[in-house]
Amino acid sequence: MSKTTNIMIVGVGGQGSLLASKLLGNVIMNAGYDVKVSEVHGMSQRGGSVVTYVRYGEKVASPIISLGEADLIVSFEQCEAARWLPYLKKGGKLITGDQKISPMPVITGAANYPENIPERITATGCDLTVVDALSLAEQAGSAKAVNIVLMGVLSKQMEFSVEDWKAAIAQSVKPAFVEMNEKAFDLGREA
Amino acid sequence: MKKLMLGNAAVARGLYEHGCRVASSYPGTPSTEITEELSNYPEVYTEWAPNEKVAMEVALGASIGGARSFCAMKHVGLNVAADPLFTASYTGVNGGMVIAVADDPGMHSSQNEQDSRHYAIAAKLPMLEPADSAECRDFVGEAYRISEEYDTPVILRMQTRIAHSQSIVELGERTDAGVKEYTKDPKKYVMMPANAIGRHVVVEERTARLRDFAETSPLNRVEMADTAMGVIAAGTCYQYVKEALPNASVLKLGMVNPLPVKLIQEFAAKVEKLYIVEELDGIIESHCASIGVKAVGKELFGLLGEYSQRTVAEKLGQPLPAGEAFPEAIPGRPPVLCPGCPHRGMFYSLHKIGVTVSGDIGCYTLGALPPLTAMDTTICMGASISGLHGFNTARGAESAKKSVAVIGDSTFMHSGITGLIDMVYNRGASTVIVLDNSITGMTGHQQNPTTGYDIHGVAAPAVSIEKLCEAIGVNRVRVVDPNNLKEFEATVREELAAEEVSVIISRRPCALLKSVKPKPALSIDHGKCITCKMCFRIGCPAIAMVEGKVEIDPTLCVGCGLCQQLCPKQAITGGDK
Repeated sequence: MSKTTNIMIVGVGGQGSLLASKLLGNVIMNAGYDVKVSEVHGMSQRGGSVVTYVRYGEKVASPIISLGEADLIVSFEQCEAARWLPYLKKGGKLITGDQKISPMPVITGAANYPENIPERITATGCDLTVVDALSLAEQAGSAKAVNIVLMGVLSKQMEFSVEDWKAAIAQSVKPAFVEMNEKAFDLGREA
Repeated sequence: MKKLMLGNAAVARGLYEHGCRVASSYPGTPSTEITEELSNYPEVYTEWAPNEKVAMEVALGASIGGARSFCAMKHVGLNVAADPLFTASYTGVNGGMVIAVADDPGMHSSQNEQDSRHYAIAAKLPMLEPADSAECRDFVGEAYRISEEYDTPVILRMQTRIAHSQSIVELGERTDAGVKEYTKDPKKYVMMPANAIGRHVVVEERTARLRDFAETSPLNRVEMADTAMGVIAAGTCYQYVKEALPNASVLKLGMVNPLPVKLIQEFAAKVEKLYIVEELDGIIESHCASIGVKAVGKELFGLLGEYSQRTVAEKLGQPLPAGEAFPEAIPGRPPVLCPGCPHRGMFYSLHKIGVTVSGDIGCYTLGALPPLTAMDTTICMGASISGLHGFNTARGAESAKKSVAVIGDSTFMHSGITGLIDMVYNRGASTVIVLDNSITGMTGHQQNPTTGYDIHGVAAPAVSIEKLCEAIGVNRVRVVDPNNLKEFEATVREELAAEEVSVIISRRPCALLKSVKPKPALSIDHGKCITCKMCFRIGCPAIAMVEGKVEIDPTLCVGCGLCQQLCPKQAITGGDK
């Protein structure tokens, strides 16, 4: 059996990881691969730590990714990038938006938000890319497009063409939002 | 056409393709999307029922009436619907009937980790368990076929990782099953003792025939490979086994009740060592023990939580991949009430008054977490009101002056009303707060009998919570906006003092509803802010300390103004105030 590629999309509930995974899933399916996309809906979505697993290859069995198995992790938020780091395999790549969102234990003073996260992640030997996804999303026309900006960044690490991605964007969002999301994707890809 | 589909959406597709005509459900994670997706097919009648018992009775009635019918629920919902379930096994069906139940190993969004397979055994009903989205669609068709051939409702067992995972499904066309003739048949459908005695015989005969069916059905299949190790698994666990042990021989069970005997014995005889990988309880394992098959299961894999390919690999001594850890503990990120959530002001007030809070199931369960920590109990749907009545009966009259029940609008419709009737009828004096946010929130915005809309968002008759409470005999019914902290606190204090049952309807729509327009974000006037952190007491995720200063995140704030009411220095600017 050929190798299965494992990608994780992580962030804070409400940041738009469901749309990102739908887009990614469609790009992969259109290319003829078997694919599984797994996420948890419900309570964790209310501002909690959220994770989506995307796996593709000739034939995919498990819908989830375990410790040390991810080829790529895309994080929407710095602290979440650090949280899910142990899931990245040795030699894997981590992409993160540079946003910081304080979790409730930090807000209440029960814990501290870790400092210098990017530097310390890089120090573990990890191949890290940090992107100001929020500014690029605002430039594209909506702060909510952070998810698509990051898919643009991710696209450079994957085999699919810009046309493949744009076809999947048209498939994944309402017609009125295609142009804005294409712009967000382009800005991410150029970043 | 191929489509990447959520397991739940694939179940809906299967129902559509296989001629389902009537579906009734109550939302419950991770089962909700089945009925939501099904509502997009105009050929199928769909509805939200007030609870799972009603939903199952509607589905059974539709089946007796001759239509292929369906109901969906989460595992704990099946507890509520257990009464019709057991007797539906006796009556059997007319049109095919499928019941989807979604278990939640790992409790991603549930209050317990129960295993629904026990119900299939106890109610003597066939149960199928799909392992990916394609099987979700296909197994619905097989379930209807079994239902009509064996005259029985069929349970489709889902799990979180099947329900909420997307995989590729080949779409087919709908075959309309029509509506069968209904013939009056009291011996089959009137379950009084004389008739039920006869039906029990039918049930036992049916189970014997289904056991034979399980031996040869393609739902159960052997995948022979290396005979050194054999594994029996179903659903998600089958996928974990295929991932972790690509060379092992596997008996994949698609039908998990009744379980085959010969098929398992023959498979066991072909392999040197047999393992059973099943999440939750050791049901396949007990069955194997009862038919003289030796296998290793729960002693190795355990009874707790959800498994993964790593669990399987680790327990069987396979090499494990490893990653690098971040060199510092990462603060947890528990789910929180959203910015602008109407429950926040309510819980802040209850925390401030210092009452005991008998809680219920919904987004508001998050009020149990710091800094609000305003929840004493959460058991099951509806238990807030009945539980408070018991609590106050045990502790005496003064207790009713220091305690409240909190329950959402949808949960109140589900099973809160009966508790309130009990409280009034039996001369209680407790205070009940109904959190009316105009939607079923936790499961992702489903309509309910109080919202004035049906499953399609079309205007529907709305149950008035006020009038309902009055009709039950509650003399003190108050309606108050929880975001008006002063008025809300004063109202709660007055009703706590009352010597009879009070209902306070805490009314403000969910901040995530499209009809609720966010107001401009508020900001901190650092010239006035003394960093007293009063505004932190409401646990709003939009307010945080940034480099030693209190800041409001403009991408999160919806301008609800709650924090402004707490600031002693009027340092929070913007909005109406």
